[in-house]
Amino acid sequence: MSSRTSAGVAGLLLVSCLSLSVLTLHQIEQAREHIILQEALYIPTPKIVKALSLGYTGLMADLYWTRVVQYFGGKHHQGAEEYKLLAPLLDITTTLDPHLLVAYEYGSIFLSQKPPEGAGDPAAAAALVQKGIRENPKAWRLWYCLGYIYFDELHDSKLASEAFLEGSKVPGALPWMKIMAAALAQHAGEAETARYLWTQIYNSSDNPDIRANAIKRLVALRVDAEVERLQAVVDRYQRETGGVPQRFLQLVQAGYLPGLPVDPAGNPYLLVDGRVQVARPAALPFITKGLPPGQKPSLIVTPKSGRS
Amino acid sequence: MVAIETFKLAKSYQVGFWRQRRREALCPLTLAVEQGEVFGYLGPNGAGKTTTLKLLMGLIHPTSGSAAILGCPLTDPRMKAQIGFCPEQPYFYDHLSARELLVYLAALSGVPAADRQRRAEAVLRRVGIAEHAGLQLRKFSKGMLQRVGIAQAIIHEPKVIFLDEPMSGLDPIGRREVRDLIQTLKDEGKTIFFSTHILSDAETLCDRVAVLNHGQLRGIGVVADLVREVSGRVEVIWEGAAASDAIIGLAAEMHSSGAIFRAVLPEPMLERAVDSIRRSGCRLISLTPVRATLEDFFLQRLEREVETGSTVVSGEGAS
Amino acid sequence: MIGRIRVIAFNTFREAVRDRVLYNLVVFAVLMVCGALVLGRISLRIERLVLVNLGLTAIALFGIVIAIFLGIGLVSKEIERRTLYTVLAARPVRRWEFIVGKQLGLMATLVVNAGLMSVGFFAALLYLQHRFQAADGFLLVALYFIILEFVIITSLALMFSTFTSPLLSTIFTFSLFLIGTFAEDLRAFGALAGGFTRALTTGLAYLLPNFAVFNVVSEVAHSVPVPGRLILFNSLYALLYATAVTSAAVLIFDRRNLK
Repeated sequence: MSSRTSAGVAGLLLVSCLSLSVLTLHQIEQAREHIILQEALYIPTPKIVKALSLGYTGLMADLYWTRVVQYFGGKHHQGAEEYKLLAPLLDITTTLDPHLLVAYEYGSIFLSQKPPEGAGDPAAAAALVQKGIRENPKAWRLWYCLGYIYFDELHDSKLASEAFLEGSKVPGALPWMKIMAAALAQHAGEAETARYLWTQIYNSSDNPDIRANAIKRLVALRVDAEVERLQAVVDRYQRETGGVPQRFLQLVQAGYLPGLPVDPAGNPYLLVDGRVQVARPAALPFITKGLPPGQKPSLIVTPKSGRS
Repeated sequence: MVAIETFKLAKSYQVGFWRQRRREALCPLTLAVEQGEVFGYLGPNGAGKTTTLKLLMGLIHPTSGSAAILGCPLTDPRMKAQIGFCPEQPYFYDHLSARELLVYLAALSGVPAADRQRRAEAVLRRVGIAEHAGLQLRKFSKGMLQRVGIAQAIIHEPKVIFLDEPMSGLDPIGRREVRDLIQTLKDEGKTIFFSTHILSDAETLCDRVAVLNHGQLRGIGVVADLVREVSGRVEVIWEGAAASDAIIGLAAEMHSSGAIFRAVLPEPMLERAVDSIRRSGCRLISLTPVRATLEDFFLQRLEREVETGSTVVSGEGAS
Repeated sequence: MIGRIRVIAFNTFREAVRDRVLYNLVVFAVLMVCGALVLGRISLRIERLVLVNLGLTAIALFGIVIAIFLGIGLVSKEIERRTLYTVLAARPVRRWEFIVGKQLGLMATLVVNAGLMSVGFFAALLYLQHRFQAADGFLLVALYFIILEFVIITSLALMFSTFTSPLLSTIFTFSLFLIGTFAEDLRAFGALAGGFTRALTTGLAYLLPNFAVFNVVSEVAHSVPVPGRLILFNSLYALLYATAVTSAAVLIFDRRNLK
């Protein structure tokens, strides 16, 4: 065999074997699919992973983060109902690099959303974010994540509001943190807190839109208080007279009220089947009481529409 | 048949950081070596001798030109089985013994399994290190390694043997043994091509020599023809200072040691010198013709060409 | 031709063995013994797990280190020390026969090394479990895969040593080993980016050797069976990739001027 032919054979082998190896690799990946999914059994503890990193914890954290994304994406794509490995993987990632904020932010979203969108474990998500807050006191965005989880998935407006409030105290936090805190407090029925916060916001902002918004909020709080007070009077009338009043006029004539009540928008309050109601809800965004039956209170008003 | 022939065989390297300059390691070389010859390849260090050998051995690829050994191209494995090569300052596998190495290399050369051990022993005896056959090569001295190098070059009974500085690292006894070995190999009809810068070895052994300098062939032919250029001289030794003044004018050089004087004169001056010695009453001790040596050839030719940049001198057999 | 390759392979093996490479087995044996003894104190449930993880990982890592260090010395050391002259110059050995012979000899060394380590490993396992289970059969698969990894690594080390110095060969081979181990993460990194980066990383992830596919240590530690398809394809992949790399080595070595 001359050197020419041996070179030719070698070149041919090189190209053909390399191409075939790529194809084979592709096949291998498919064969490995279900092995990878069975990994649920043996995620090592964060401490072990940290020890094995030999100091290169930052790199390992990045590596694990990409695995989180890959795992989540793969499962999501399949419409999975269970995301068993998500919390442990995130735990490892954040133990390796406690300052990897993106892991807390996105990780908590992956964890809290209901399946098949996410793992459906808001408690774990909250725990993760709280860990992040402990390690990164200056990261006010994490308070936002926490507040979001409390509100959206755990339906606890009070805790949500507190989270936003704490976050708003962090230097560098954007103003709307306070707004969110106030809005949520109002939603949770914490009228005093809300009133205080909205007043704060009104006083501390130069932005006309924010101020106008704060006024609307304060007005809504006033309406809520008024509706509550009026309702108490109506209930008392009902108890004492035994009849359901049809009009506020009856209450005025009976001496329960000094005059016909009017809401801040200038419309008289209505009495419908013994229930106090505002005449035009559209004129009073953000109220939570006195709404017609079936209408939900709005938390955020989209600009220019005034509608909830 | 021609054992070795080259046709404008050349090798140049690109040097410099950007590889823009060319260094001519070997300028186009054309020569032929007959079978059965002992051919010496001479030149100062850096002349290109080892480059030529590596080209012939296929270790490096020529930039241009071609060569053939035993009529076959340099890459032909069948031809390779019939040649032997001992590199300069050979080095071997640390952990093998001399015997194991020879058996291994014999196997690679195609020696049948049954013969390998026997031949290894025989060739070790031949180069004079039979008693170290079982010793690991890393414990060998330079001279011993040289002998092993020669041993592996001949173990498979090649027809053509290439030796790069075969005498290097050997003491005078060793060098004599190698010279004898080369002579024996020649008697066996083998062709020997060896490079050296020890001219006296080349003079005694070689049928023909080629002289290389700065990558160029400077002379090729029978030694006698080459040195004929340099005229003959005579060495005169006498006792007695009286003649010295007369001879000093004639002599190329003169030395004295006590009352003994030694002078080297051109041959034509011989008679007048002898007359001077007799007339002054000194005692003539010896008269010896100083044969011109290759060294003279070297010094004269190569020095002169450095001065004048002169051309190739060729004797018999050049093409 | 076969004869010469066999001779070269055997000589390579002999050199490696006499170079006292097998001393690493002593270290391994000590490791195994200590591991087994220490583990005897912990609960029965996970000690097998840890021993299997420890043992297989050690066999893999030791073997790979040896593969790299022996492999790079194979050619570059021979070129540096010019032992190659006597083998190649005046002998009917073709350059490709030399490369293939070296590859086979080195692989033989590693297989023997891994084999002896496996004996030690199984001995430690036996000491711990007092008998063999059916699930231990999977360990042989893991070992086989580790040997497949060796095949690829030696071919890489050999290829690099045909044209660079021992130091650079070591660095390159080790780098490829690292990249190949994290090949899937490499692809994941690229998938997070887009466009050109993604195409580049995907291309690299396919062309560079993928060692992650051979790592079934966690699986066999948990007695999860390895599918037959995977065994088949992995064998094929190792064979194809190593052949490709060895062909490259032959091409490079053929053209090389041996100073």
